[in-house]
Amino acid sequence: MEFLNAMAILANYVIVPGLAYGSQLALGALGVTLVYGVLRFSNFAHGETMSMGAMFAILFLWLFKSMGVSIAPLPTVLLALVPAIICAAVYILITDRVVYRFYRIQKAVPTILVVVSTGIMFVTNGLIRFVIGPDDRSIGDGARFVMKAREFKNWTGLDVGIAIKTSQVITVITAVVLVVALFWFLEKTKTGKSMRAYADNENLALLSGIDPEKVVRITWLLVAVLATVAGTLYGLDKSYKPFTFLQLLLPIFASAIIGGIGSPLGAIVGGFIVAFSEILITFAFKGFFTRLVPDDFAPEGLVQLLSTDYKFAVSFAILVIVLIIMPTGIFKGRTL
Amino acid sequence: MSDSMRSVLAFGIMALLLVAVGVIQSWSLSLTILNLCIISAVMSLGVNIQWGFAGLFNAGIMGFAALGGVTAVILSVSPVGAAWSAGGFGIVGAFFVVLAAVAGVIMVQRYFHDQSRSRLLITTAFLLFAFIIYRMVLDPAVEAIEAVEPAKTGFLGGFGLPIVLSWGVAAFVAAGVAWIIGKIALGLRSDYLAIATLGISEIIVSVLKNEDWLTRGVKNVNGLPRPVPYEIDIQESEFYRDIATSIGIPIVDLSSIIVKLSYTCLFLIVLVIVFLLAERAVRSPWGRMMRAIRDNEVSSSAMGKNITARHLQVFVLGSAVIGIAGAMLTTLDGQFTPGSYQPLRFTFLIWIMVIVGGSGNNLGSILGGFVVWFIWIEAEPIGQQVMNLITSNMADGSAIKAQLVESASHIRLIMMGVILLLVLRFRPQGMLPESRSQ
Repeated sequence: MEFLNAMAILANYVIVPGLAYGSQLALGALGVTLVYGVLRFSNFAHGETMSMGAMFAILFLWLFKSMGVSIAPLPTVLLALVPAIICAAVYILITDRVVYRFYRIQKAVPTILVVVSTGIMFVTNGLIRFVIGPDDRSIGDGARFVMKAREFKNWTGLDVGIAIKTSQVITVITAVVLVVALFWFLEKTKTGKSMRAYADNENLALLSGIDPEKVVRITWLLVAVLATVAGTLYGLDKSYKPFTFLQLLLPIFASAIIGGIGSPLGAIVGGFIVAFSEILITFAFKGFFTRLVPDDFAPEGLVQLLSTDYKFAVSFAILVIVLIIMPTGIFKGRTL
Repeated sequence: MSDSMRSVLAFGIMALLLVAVGVIQSWSLSLTILNLCIISAVMSLGVNIQWGFAGLFNAGIMGFAALGGVTAVILSVSPVGAAWSAGGFGIVGAFFVVLAAVAGVIMVQRYFHDQSRSRLLITTAFLLFAFIIYRMVLDPAVEAIEAVEPAKTGFLGGFGLPIVLSWGVAAFVAAGVAWIIGKIALGLRSDYLAIATLGISEIIVSVLKNEDWLTRGVKNVNGLPRPVPYEIDIQESEFYRDIATSIGIPIVDLSSIIVKLSYTCLFLIVLVIVFLLAERAVRSPWGRMMRAIRDNEVSSSAMGKNITARHLQVFVLGSAVIGIAGAMLTTLDGQFTPGSYQPLRFTFLIWIMVIVGGSGNNLGSILGGFVVWFIWIEAEPIGQQVMNLITSNMADGSAIKAQLVESASHIRLIMMGVILLLVLRFRPQGMLPESRSQ
């Protein structure tokens, strides 16, 4: 019984939030990895792209609410995702046409493109603050919990509850659907194959008659979808604050690099590695161990490796360790 | 137009702008902007050493500036005796545990020459063990220190030395940390350096925010000792009163201007020294070698240059300069607020300064620091004016008007991004391009 209780603690505080956070990171890292694979630069503006997508979702959410549209018990923001993705895609394609394309034609070195992307980051960040302001926004509505802690306790008779938020279930399901769709697209469709070919060997792809501009457009479209969904899900799960997305950039890059940047599968695995390590290393294991060991051995302290304030440090530490041990990431050499 | 003509003209215009602020807004504000312009210029000189000389993308400027800031605090505030006797022993003990851990890891690495799995396992186990000991020594000490008058001190305090000394010490602190970071990150692929430094700067700032025993964390350290006289002393002095009456401005204004001017002089001295050294470096054989490495790593490597070692060298030098600027900034503020270190302001804004000013040109970086900081500060009042003008025809109660006026302060972010993008696109060499004569 005590063992089950301890497991329930682990499930409630580590596994459930870890799965949700990992899915959000994986979606973010997929976007970074796609840009890196096809356009060959580290996109520092990706966090802001996510923020932009989430902002559009919130604007449409407000519109739908004012019109009285609702898809209860699901949060209305899911409905707002569709127009939000379209708006984000238009925004990204405009930035590509106005800014990135020039450097692509010039064949500028990747570092210049990184600097260019910080310029885009500034503009996007400013636009977001201009439109929606820097405040905290809550975007969830509908049923808050799929399973409440009390219901779980009554149902199983354990004295530790597991609470599962609607947003967590939606996050994981959406992420799975999106990832399956993305892999199907990359592996099975002609456009997807041409994208992979272009990422693998640009010149050979050009010789085979693949239109590079089309490949780039499709990539940005996929990035828009991934970023909007990732940003909105993160906002739904926690809350939407424009400045958090600059901080998210670090765990997202860590996920992408740990998995092997350029590899979609790696991005997903990396996302979950980062999410679970962040949670495990900052989790206070006191309750867990107290239930597992005899009372005499129960720990006095919190049994917490690092305080939660160092969450971002963890993702970075893992990044450094992975880079030292295997510099190309876990799935090395496998591109799109 | 020759290069020197262009520089003179650009700095002349910049000076005129600052004079204009003095005439239109106030001289005190103009001097405030000037002081921060100088600090920005030192910072962008540091970044120029890394990016302009060697092509290294350091996205962790914020971290080095924060290190400079904390050095200023630790050197200048007086020690808190009660805190030292409460937990000083534990802190020193924890420090030795860290030293022992580092020594142990090095010994393990020496003992196992190959990249074997057992080496990795032993290192990990050893580090975990050391970490537990470290926490056992550190935690009670930290608790004891933070319990000492938490509202006033609650930290160890510092050395009580003159704050100007910290500018030099900050260079060494930042250089030391940069050496460790460089050792790890410079061997990796070039674009990983950006991400690694971005991460490390976030870690440095979060350590400064959370280790209250060292920095008081988000409770901030206020009232740092000043290297220049206090306004109140000037106001009470007979000498300055006479000057104030003879030129006909209130003594309060005069005192604030004198204080700011004293800072300006101190900062100018640092700026000139750093600039002269950087110019010396860039014109020396060493500078030529750095440019050769930047422009073609493969051929320089074939000429027998050790690329990684040179990169490490230049990374450390540049970071030291950023550390100096960080310490100067904290000195000017008179307080240390870890919460105020934001990557947009402290990392990416400095990048814009270097690129707009002209990467590779020291004078250009200084100009970039001045111009970009000026725009960053003046964008807000100007944006407000523009918004008022645009919305003057709208009805007073309208939501759009309220939104536009309220959001005017965010315009500067958009403006900075647009300036960066425009410069990169139409004038990638910056306002004062690097001279290619040699």
